[in-house]
Amino acid sequence: MTINPADLEALWITLKLAAISTALLLLVTPPLAWWLAHSRARWRPVVEALVALPLILPPTVLGFYLLLLFSPLYLPGQWIQALTGTTLAFSFSGLVVGSMIYSLPFVVQPLQSSFATLGRGELEAAATLGMNKWKRFHYVVFPMTRHSFVLAGMLGFAHTLGEFGVVLMIGGNIPGETQVIAIALFEHVEALDYASAHLLAGGLLLISLVLLLFIYVGMDRRKRAWGYW
Amino acid sequence: MRILLPLLLLLGLPVQAATLKVAVAANFKSTLEQVVAAWEAQTGNRVQISAGATGALYTKILHGAPYDLFLAADDLRPAQLVAQGLASEETLSDYAVGVLAFWNPGGLADETTLTHWSSRLAMANPRTAPYGAAAEQAAQHLDILSKLKGKVVRGNNILHTFQYVQSGNAPAGLVSLAQLKAAGIPPQQYWLIPPQWHGSLTQQGVVLNRSAHPEEAGALLEFLLAQNELLSQAGYNIPDDH
Repeated sequence: MTINPADLEALWITLKLAAISTALLLLVTPPLAWWLAHSRARWRPVVEALVALPLILPPTVLGFYLLLLFSPLYLPGQWIQALTGTTLAFSFSGLVVGSMIYSLPFVVQPLQSSFATLGRGELEAAATLGMNKWKRFHYVVFPMTRHSFVLAGMLGFAHTLGEFGVVLMIGGNIPGETQVIAIALFEHVEALDYASAHLLAGGLLLISLVLLLFIYVGMDRRKRAWGYW
Repeated sequence: MRILLPLLLLLGLPVQAATLKVAVAANFKSTLEQVVAAWEAQTGNRVQISAGATGALYTKILHGAPYDLFLAADDLRPAQLVAQGLASEETLSDYAVGVLAFWNPGGLADETTLTHWSSRLAMANPRTAPYGAAAEQAAQHLDILSKLKGKVVRGNNILHTFQYVQSGNAPAGLVSLAQLKAAGIPPQQYWLIPPQWHGSLTQQGVVLNRSAHPEEAGALLEFLLAQNELLSQAGYNIPDDH
């Protein structure tokens, strides 16, 4: 029983997609998480609800809206086409956009809760020492919340690995471009190729389990070391 | 009491009528809905329709999905179910012949355009959907598959494929005539693929052995087989033996 090249390619695409989407999310979302943790604006709950939406929305609904958003028949899609010369549907970049929305709450929420528990004292001390916003983030906030960045990254990565509905809707199942492991697996099952399906499913199960073990073992150690997460 | 009595009698009525669960290939869903509406009005029975790719439905049935009637988009899976003892052989029948069409909403739809096609083309997945297999054979016949490598976007079933083109994300696609008719697409936007370019799109239906209402399911299938006019209006060819 050996894994066939197409499945290997799907596995590679999946890992690449999860890595790129997670990295981008970790770069883009900290300001949002910070704002959610500290803002007193009246519409903060609205933004919070929007961020949490991908948790409960069926991924196919998300995918369907993205399909309409990417469509060159409507304005947003036309802008994308004018800017990039191509459409986002059925492309790897489109999947990255979709995955970032799909995994957004998994990255934002751990960051938000650790930002919220951060003491004001250290930040105020840093400010009196004349540090600007960026320096305060670099020397105070990040070192104190590093663990939550690791957790957010792992959760985002793990969640994107299992992405299915969104990719089914906007991916177009192109081998080497948008065929991720979950789609390849679904196709094997529907085509009754159970041997390949078992191989892929087993592999995905193992990767996910190992990743989650990393997350929980890491959490455990931290609790023992400092008494809090 | 005088008011209550007729109400109580009404309560008893639904017990006689059966509720059938029909698994139907995605392409035939809208046509079946019309047929079912007429049948429900005539018999008082109720029908729940589950649409999906033929391969997907077949897999579900293999694993015990509680359907009464299976209307596939091919003539392989129903026969396989019979061979596996999951469906009744005497009810196995051809109910429609599908027609594949090249849909190009933004330009000319003819053989030359398809032969020289160089942008994205939507098709159903050949491994799981009969229309996908037919589309791939047609593309092979025109020898355009290698040229379109990486440009063929595959919908999970033919409904999904239709959506890709309708939403404008794929400029053209190989879809079923029935879908085009149901959506009211003007005929100049599509071209019918010659049936000899691909394998048969004969669609077979069969009553499943685990059905709790095999008689009603059989009756619905018979009713469907008599709807020649409706079927050809809906974009299907009529099987030879009708």
